[in-house]
Amino acid sequence: MPAARLALSVDPIDVVTVTTAVTECATGATGAITSFIGVVRDDNLGRRVQFLEYEGYEPLALRAFLRIEQEIHAHWAAVTLGLHHRLGRLEIGEASIAIVVASPHRAEAFAACRYAIERVKQIVPIWKHEHFEGGASWIEGATADPEDEGARAEALRRACA
Amino acid sequence: MRVTIRLFARLREIAGTGELVLDLAAPTTIGAVWAELASRYGDLAPYGASVSAARNLEYARMNTAVSEGDEIAFLPPVSGGAGARPHPPE
Repeated sequence: MPAARLALSVDPIDVVTVTTAVTECATGATGAITSFIGVVRDDNLGRRVQFLEYEGYEPLALRAFLRIEQEIHAHWAAVTLGLHHRLGRLEIGEASIAIVVASPHRAEAFAACRYAIERVKQIVPIWKHEHFEGGASWIEGATADPEDEGARAEALRRACA
Repeated sequence: MRVTIRLFARLREIAGTGELVLDLAAPTTIGAVWAELASRYGDLAPYGASVSAARNLEYARMNTAVSEGDEIAFLPPVSGGAGARPHPPE
């Protein structure tokens, strides 16, 4: 059974699995595949990070992935998106997210990939608990509001910069 | 009217649980449910300005009406993906 293109899991992310899920759906018109892998870094704001824990509201997060896919298709109709996000405890150097985009041409593949990660950070209900030397802290970024057109426009601007 | 409340991340830690059931007088709204939670768990109150909400897996506004059996989730600002800051300076 082929892997889902859009998924959440506590299991380690395998970018080849994501890529295969995308290429099985993409057609012979594919001329470019881009990928983005987000990795746990050992330093944040000068703190020595030991590990991260990701918590998600899984059914709503999967719906948010679908929403991002629909938004991408509105801008880049020929793109196929794969997006796997990890949950649970992640060590330094492990991948927290992998995004793979297939498209007929590279410009759309790069743009849609960038758009996807910007929108993940804006609207997907996943939270990061950072454990560092001396303590732990919830990382809080954007207020999740998928209807915020300003945020969506900013994601599109970054994607097309 | 019984409503299931889901709380995540720091909100979950403040309340000491990720899921609770409230018995509320109808009619009510998501905003009124939040106010009830904030009165029970005072440390939630500062999140009123930044929290977002979902009703039965659809993002919803604070003035959205709540019905018997609903699942209402309160979501602190999100931080998925990679890196610490969702809007780093460019």
